[in-house]
Amino acid sequence: MKNKTNWAVTVPIALGSLLILFPLYLAIAVALKSPEELANSILGLPKEFHLENFMRAIEMTNFFQAFQNSAFVTVIAVVFTILTNSMVAYAIARNMDKTFFKSLYYYLISAMFIPFPLIMLPIVKETSALGMNNLFGLSVLYIVYGLSLNIFIYVGYIRSIPRELEEAAIVDGASAWGVFWKVIFPLLSPMNATVGILTCLWAWNDFMLPLIILNDPEMATLPLKQYIFQGQFSTDYNTAFASYLLALSPLVIVYLFAQKWVISGVTKGAIK
Amino acid sequence: MSKRNTAFYLMTIPAVLLFFAFHTFPAIQGVYYSLTNWNGFSPTYEFVGFKNYVNIFKDENVLNAYIFTFKYAVLTTILVNALSLIIALGLNAKIKFRNFFRAVYFLPNILSILIVGFIFNYIFGHVIPDVAEKMGIEFLKSNILGNENLAWIGIVIVAVWQSVAFNTILYLAGLQTIPSDLYEAASLDGATKWKEFWTITFPLIAPFFTINMVLAMKNNMNVFDHVVAMTGGGPGRATESIAVLIYQGGFTGGEFAYQSANAVIFLFIIVVLTFIQLKFLQKREMEM
Repeated sequence: MKNKTNWAVTVPIALGSLLILFPLYLAIAVALKSPEELANSILGLPKEFHLENFMRAIEMTNFFQAFQNSAFVTVIAVVFTILTNSMVAYAIARNMDKTFFKSLYYYLISAMFIPFPLIMLPIVKETSALGMNNLFGLSVLYIVYGLSLNIFIYVGYIRSIPRELEEAAIVDGASAWGVFWKVIFPLLSPMNATVGILTCLWAWNDFMLPLIILNDPEMATLPLKQYIFQGQFSTDYNTAFASYLLALSPLVIVYLFAQKWVISGVTKGAIK
Repeated sequence: MSKRNTAFYLMTIPAVLLFFAFHTFPAIQGVYYSLTNWNGFSPTYEFVGFKNYVNIFKDENVLNAYIFTFKYAVLTTILVNALSLIIALGLNAKIKFRNFFRAVYFLPNILSILIVGFIFNYIFGHVIPDVAEKMGIEFLKSNILGNENLAWIGIVIVAVWQSVAFNTILYLAGLQTIPSDLYEAASLDGATKWKEFWTITFPLIAPFFTINMVLAMKNNMNVFDHVVAMTGGGPGRATESIAVLIYQGGFTGGEFAYQSANAVIFLFIIVVLTFIQLKFLQKREMEM
């Protein structure tokens, strides 16, 4: 009796999903049309594919460079966030009985309550004084700012790992570093995936930090690039939408193939 | 054994120093500058005590930004949580193509808010007026983002469209922790679906509800990308959020110190708000 499909729920869920898909359909349709076609029909399917819109968008915004910038920042942020934040969390999780580590834990977590606007103005002065108003500096900020949430995610998980696993390695003469890299880090794989996905989504899509930190347009990441070109796109919606789609597509393509993995990764981070 | 302890300190200290340098230190600097009259670029500045704070309370633009930010954050938080919960219940039911729909509803979470804002900008500016024209719906013929009284609703719509994705997944995770035999017992007792929701489902996912409401409210108070993408704070100052005001005043308006004071006040408001929410919602959790 319980295995019958519930159509009374399936239908509204399907209709609701159209609301999610509509803006994306629209973006694809506009990006493929010619200006004349768009003027005739905003909502209709494109009659032929005007791929030259994409060519123009690539040339105009220097897409491949922006892509490279975004990829550089995201890869550095993800790799070093996983390597460093997990290690900090390990040291904290195994020493929660010591005042130093315990206060560290609460210090990092309570920093989540500080609204970014308070930091926004001084951090711009600081990064430019240190010569960090570039892609490298931006990556460092993602790694450092991620600590608050990531420590929270990792510590909860590490405390559920039985200490016996480490003790065996310690008896064999492994140092704290050895125990972490050889025993703990491999066990953290599910959390590393979660933290990696969250960091990737953040660094790739973030607009505010690139906006305030980067002052050389050559360094602009993909979202920042769309913002910079907003004025030049003006009423050329076809090129603008082609450019938006190009900027959105890398993550969407990854998502199409790995959606199960992405959703479960995000879920695990959220319910910690 | 002490070698192990040294290793633990070495694992944490560099990270903490960096965190202090790039997070806590600028926050302290913000508090410090809020007591000066620095414009952000001149070589000298003076201490002015609490003058900036006094002026903030008399500033109509600041009040205006708080009003917009509050009404935006409250409405978005309520709508997002209500809709996410409904969608999560739907996705948790025995529906066809469940995994496909789950993937669709989560999709907005992986998209850049700025670009989503640009797309909706076009929808409000061209698609809706175009359709309204053809169907003769008078009040939708003009761009709501150009209307001082309605522009904020447009921003709420985009925010809801985007953040329902993440919250739905959270609620879905919560729903899956509820053992199914509870429902079986309830249906044997002849409970209606409505009653089942209020007596079993909602109390059991209450902790998820609390955390979702608190996080969503805090995130929504910091709204920035949506506003920049859709209205730039306009028309006039109708949709200028606190983050946008601090950004614009602080960087281009020569109000570095003044907006720092605004940011300090903002910090207090966020902390108080979070505290009240936690108290209130946790009390409800207990009562259920």
